[in-house]
Amino acid sequence: MKRYFKDIFASIWTILIGMKVTFKHLFVPAVTIQYPDVKLKLPERARNRLYVNIDDCIGCDQCSMACPVDCITIETVKSLPTDDLGVTSTGHKKRLWVTRFDIDIAKCCYCGLCVPPCPTECIVMTDVYEFSEFDRRNLIYNFSAMAPAQVVDARDKYAQWEKDQAAKKAAAAAAKPSAPATNPADATQSQPAPRPVGVPRPQESDPKPSGST
Amino acid sequence: MDQLLQKLISSDVLVYLIIAVIPLLWVIPYALFAVWLERKVSAHMQDRLGPMRVGGWHGWAQTIADIIKLLQKEDIVPTAADKRLFTLAPFVVFMGSYAAFAAIPFSSAYIGSGVNIGLFYIIAVSSLVVIGLLMAGWASNNKWSLFGAMRSAAQIVSYEIPTALALLAVVMIAGSLDLQEMNRQQSGWFWNWYIFHKFPFVFLAFVIYFVASLAEVNRTPFDIPEAESELVAGYHTEYSGMKFALFFLAEYANMFAVSAIASSLFLGGWNSPFGDFLSGPLWGVFWFLSKGMFFIFIQMWLRWTLPRLRVDQLMYVSWKVLTPWAFVCVVGVGLWVLLG
Repeated sequence: MKRYFKDIFASIWTILIGMKVTFKHLFVPAVTIQYPDVKLKLPERARNRLYVNIDDCIGCDQCSMACPVDCITIETVKSLPTDDLGVTSTGHKKRLWVTRFDIDIAKCCYCGLCVPPCPTECIVMTDVYEFSEFDRRNLIYNFSAMAPAQVVDARDKYAQWEKDQAAKKAAAAAAKPSAPATNPADATQSQPAPRPVGVPRPQESDPKPSGST
Repeated sequence: MDQLLQKLISSDVLVYLIIAVIPLLWVIPYALFAVWLERKVSAHMQDRLGPMRVGGWHGWAQTIADIIKLLQKEDIVPTAADKRLFTLAPFVVFMGSYAAFAAIPFSSAYIGSGVNIGLFYIIAVSSLVVIGLLMAGWASNNKWSLFGAMRSAAQIVSYEIPTALALLAVVMIAGSLDLQEMNRQQSGWFWNWYIFHKFPFVFLAFVIYFVASLAEVNRTPFDIPEAESELVAGYHTEYSGMKFALFFLAEYANMFAVSAIASSLFLGGWNSPFGDFLSGPLWGVFWFLSKGMFFIFIQMWLRWTLPRLRVDQLMYVSWKVLTPWAFVCVVGVGLWVLLG
């Protein structure tokens, strides 16, 4: 019987305590952050959307190789020895036309592994995180600054140059059959060129990836 | 009020229709407001914000948007359901809760029906809700719905006893079942309200009535009929669209009905707390509705404070705590009235 009265008293008392707590919280400022209106400050090293400063890219393909999900696609065309593609801001001489530099940001896992290998520090992770799209294809960002016509031009020029070199080599071989088939031009182009070649063009750099608006 | 209307409009039927529709003009905007308020109160008690975007200022239009969404929804009747009962149930539930408004005095000049057994009528007619809930649960042909309906029936039937006994204590003081007459007896300053009469018996009766009425309208901590974590949504699991909206409206109408009875019987109804200050038929509406809304707020406050009871705890509270104490009130007040 004593227990019964004690229980009733305890229940009423504890309900009142609980009501006091909830009433106090009615006036506590909400912790909610109203996202589109108010944004939290991101940490300094936050990894979000990738950005490529294509002016500094030398087309070395190291970021693409580092990528665990293969979301970076790079295609390059060799420049002619007579071309001057300029120097990156880090002092590297550019030798390749970067005809294609696509990042499929839908595949990107934001690991940031592509950033450290870059010799010119031109691929970085920015603090931009609002880039949803209605069409998945818009998430493939094209960073290359070259227009399609320029790409074709560069390829043709390199193919032409390669053909000329081969013809020269053949002519030289015909003239001096005993001489070894070495050529100063081959020394500059030390690697075999599997792809066609290009020509210099004034670059119009567009820092914004073309896929985003 | 009806005499005034009868002077203006010659047709009796039209007058009765207008009188009947007036509470609905309050209930629907009130339900929209109360749903919004409930969301805001719950949010702020949990240090959140609640709806903030629809309509601009603190999401005031959120419930209007919700009701428009519900209106557009497909009216789904499950294949296995008993179609006639399934369709009828929400109307029975709403009818039961709306019928109670007929005898609730909104002001000294307005009461839907001035019957002299108003309180008895309200208690009787609000029991219709149980039939509607059982109907919904049974016709849905769904185990959760049936569980919810059975729990609901058990709960409402058990809690009607302490409710009625607590009200009986007040009826003995008033010597009348007419709510309008009871309100008139409480006029003057707030110490004339019944809650301060025959202390502590009527105050105890008030607490008992309030707790039991929470259970009657299935509010937390007595919301086991719609315990989301166990029963999905209880008796209205299978309902969608406007039928669900009707259940919701009925629930909120019920909340106001019990609050209105509490304010009429214990807190002076449409009487101003300060004697003649701001009193009169129109101010009466204001006082009555604000007292009702005060109880609505307390119901919400309790809901976001207390966890849900277990079924056996629920029955314990009704039969072993509230009912005996309600008898104590009845006997105490009865002896006091008889001897004093």
